[in-house]
Amino acid sequence: MNKKNPKNIDRRQFLKVLGAGAVTASALYGCRSKEGESAASGIGEEYNGEMTCRITPSTGDKVSLLGYGCMRLPTVGNGSARESSDEIDQEAVNELTDYALAHGVNYFDTSPAYCQGKSEHAMGIALSRHPRNSYFIATKLSNFSPDTWSREKSIAMYRNSLKELQTDYIDYMLLHGIGMGGMEALKGRYLDNGILDFLVKEREAGRIRNLGFSYHGDIEVYDYLLSRHDEFHWDFVQIQLNYVDWKHAKEVNTRNTDAEYLYGELVKRNIPAVIMEPLLGGRLSKVPEHIVARLKQRRPEDSVASWAFRFAGNPEHVLTVLSGMTYMEHLQDNLRTYSPLVPLTDDDKEFLEETARLMLKYPTIPCNDCKYCMPCPYGIDIPTILVHYNKCVNEGNVPQSRQEEHYRKARRAFLVGYDRSVPRLRQANHCIGCNQCSVHCPQNIDIPKELQRIDGFVEQLKQETL
Amino acid sequence: MLRKIRIVCASFFFLFITLLFLDFTGTIHAWFGWMAKIQFLPALLALNTGVVIGLVVLTLLLGRVYCSVICPLGVFQDIVSWIAGKRKKNRFRYSPALSWLRYGVLALFLLALLAGIHTFVVLLAPYSAYGRMAACLLAPLYQWGNNLLALWAEHLDSYAFYSTEVWMKGISTFVVSLVTFLLLVILAWRNGRTYCNTICPVGTLLGFFAGYAWLKPRIETSKCIDCGLCARNCKASCIDAKNHRIDYSRCVGCMDCIEKCHTHAIHYAPAQAGTKTDTPANGNEVDRSRRRFLSVTSLFATTALMKAQEKTVDGGLALIEEKQIPARHTPVSPAGSGGMRHFAQHCTACQLCISACPNQVLRPSSDWERFMQPEISFERGYCRPECTRCSEVCPTGAIRQITAAEKSSIQTGHAVFIPENCVVNNDGVSCGNCARHCPSGAIQLVPVSPDEPESAQLPVVDEERCIGCGACEYLCPARPFSAIYVEGHERHKII
Repeated sequence: MNKKNPKNIDRRQFLKVLGAGAVTASALYGCRSKEGESAASGIGEEYNGEMTCRITPSTGDKVSLLGYGCMRLPTVGNGSARESSDEIDQEAVNELTDYALAHGVNYFDTSPAYCQGKSEHAMGIALSRHPRNSYFIATKLSNFSPDTWSREKSIAMYRNSLKELQTDYIDYMLLHGIGMGGMEALKGRYLDNGILDFLVKEREAGRIRNLGFSYHGDIEVYDYLLSRHDEFHWDFVQIQLNYVDWKHAKEVNTRNTDAEYLYGELVKRNIPAVIMEPLLGGRLSKVPEHIVARLKQRRPEDSVASWAFRFAGNPEHVLTVLSGMTYMEHLQDNLRTYSPLVPLTDDDKEFLEETARLMLKYPTIPCNDCKYCMPCPYGIDIPTILVHYNKCVNEGNVPQSRQEEHYRKARRAFLVGYDRSVPRLRQANHCIGCNQCSVHCPQNIDIPKELQRIDGFVEQLKQETL
Repeated sequence: MLRKIRIVCASFFFLFITLLFLDFTGTIHAWFGWMAKIQFLPALLALNTGVVIGLVVLTLLLGRVYCSVICPLGVFQDIVSWIAGKRKKNRFRYSPALSWLRYGVLALFLLALLAGIHTFVVLLAPYSAYGRMAACLLAPLYQWGNNLLALWAEHLDSYAFYSTEVWMKGISTFVVSLVTFLLLVILAWRNGRTYCNTICPVGTLLGFFAGYAWLKPRIETSKCIDCGLCARNCKASCIDAKNHRIDYSRCVGCMDCIEKCHTHAIHYAPAQAGTKTDTPANGNEVDRSRRRFLSVTSLFATTALMKAQEKTVDGGLALIEEKQIPARHTPVSPAGSGGMRHFAQHCTACQLCISACPNQVLRPSSDWERFMQPEISFERGYCRPECTRCSEVCPTGAIRQITAAEKSSIQTGHAVFIPENCVVNNDGVSCGNCARHCPSGAIQLVPVSPDEPESAQLPVVDEERCIGCGACEYLCPARPFSAIYVEGHERHKII
């Protein structure tokens, strides 16, 4: 923390005093809250300094440590375009983009697949209102579906990205989600059809400034692509990194690989890392109560999420940390965290490692609510069920037995909340176990098994046989 | 004073009986469920001798106060009539009894009851008529109100209210209750208790006893100034002011006349020797009719008793097609009802169980034979193993009270598998959702070809273990017709 900044100290003291409940004291210290600042918590527009930036070795780009993920753009219905089929709220997107640029964010990460295919178009509109050299665009070749594997269709997808983004070059181009579907998908999507060679040529031509890939899943594919680094010269690689996945990826999900390894492989080759899932799909911002207490105790004025962002941005080979920000409050909170980054001490790192271990004791399901499993052909709302279950785990509403002290209250919260968030005909008891969903899950969750387990739990609650 | 007591008691009964039909959480039932069970006809059908005798004794003591206090339909008419009275004062006048109509309806009613013509019985049963109005017309409004509160609670992250499904359970029953409602409003608006004193079989029946009540409103002729105010305020139109006579078979004991009389000439009092009061118009005649009535009722009661003993891009949600009701040969009746016949004979179609069912399986039948009586279907849920709500609320004994443990061994029907509808055959997926959810373990999965254990698995039903709860039918993914459905049993049996 930059203790030299007097304004900073004042504000923190001010908040502490307020937190202690001494309302009169605010007059004593002098209420210096600026416009837009709320005294209730760290919400507001006060940043301690400049955004921390990192340099891309290949092009020398000065990239902001906070990258704007464009997969959860706001909609007119006040939701995020990932969940809702509402139209994207272009005005809100413009506003967020302007604010982000004004406060030093210059990396925008999108994809033809995001926001049900509408993300690139919306970002094209928002960004083209600013000078092209004031920001970096990252997008991906998202040819997941086998009917887009052909060379023509894939190239068409790339050209369409240029058109939607209203630009004639892409700063950061990624092979999207390699590792999903193993080597076979990699070959089908990028190798056999010559698309990777095509992208390398595009880089030579200057229409792609940096070429990299994003990785999920099968480690064989990751190692394979890095082994050919001398050939392809990856300018950057996008990986999943957070304080739980750092050492415990296998505990979250047997198919995942520890971020410590993934990052280490990149450091060896001097490839900068772009970080995704710094919050582990939101699970590091919505944490169990006792974890909130633990984090808040250490730094009362910092948000729970800020710990995860500090962790993700801490390693020096991290180029930028992506956050899919739907609301201004998210953006402001993240700006506070990275303007500038307060590096983690060794103590902090140990503290977070301990926190990760504590969190893993809580049996949440590793669902990131990415909705790749949807739509279920039998109408089940898979992610909402899993998210509801996780929420109840975190809030202590998953009782283990009827003898528990708050059993009645927890039972009601679980069952009423279940009916509220998932219509009856879309609940877990309608899962037939056809297993069409599991193959799409980037977290490799055995979805039918989890749904049937939740259904069994619901039955126990309903029949009171717990 | 007497009138005020009557109004307070009546409001109390009316409010909570209405709430019985509105409350879907089961809270009110725990406290006031007895109010439905002391209704005359339900108690009679339930062979609840204590209650029937109690009500008869009550009538022999106080007259037809049952009709003014306990019967929700009576109080409902009083409310309508009271509102009408705000617009026009002193609007009633004495009218002679339409005896042929009253006794005719009663006779038909008893005949229908004995012959098992339920439609006629349920249409006339006063408590049930009120129940249908409350359940069909008022409950949806109440539930919508509740859902608004639930929405609000959700915003506050509170679990105090939860929303409930509001749906049209039976169009014909809705129409019947609407017609009943309109008819009663018109009758009560114009002439007060016309329905109670011409059509209602319970009113006619209690009227017999009321003639011999210990306490009655009596006109003291020496004080009477013949103003006729009592008659013009008698909603039962039973005070013949000119002759200082009151037709006690029609008087519902509302005490309005006592309050209205300026000269205090009307007293609610026992007969006193020497006081000049009315006597029954013709003692002998009444005596005869009384005897006749008693014999008829005893005959009826014994028959009912005998009958009862005799029987027992990513994202997005797939559209969900609505399920259709399969063509069941025999309808499914609730566990505890013993079977179709017992059920049909005892149920007065008051809809109390339908409003209480938390699983949305009960709905009124549109079949003429069992018109408006509840039947079970599984499009919105199934008859859950832990729930015995309908058996707890039923006032007529049509659904006898059972425990969850008893329920688990009562076979109300059995599941039938239709391979042509099964998703395993049609979509080529594995399923087994019916077997997974069968609470009695009656369904197992068997490979299609005996030689290949790896081949697709289809369910087989052990009819002996199946209890007909409908979990399989409700949870079957095949739409609009489930690949497994429940066929009801005429008589339930214990397995």
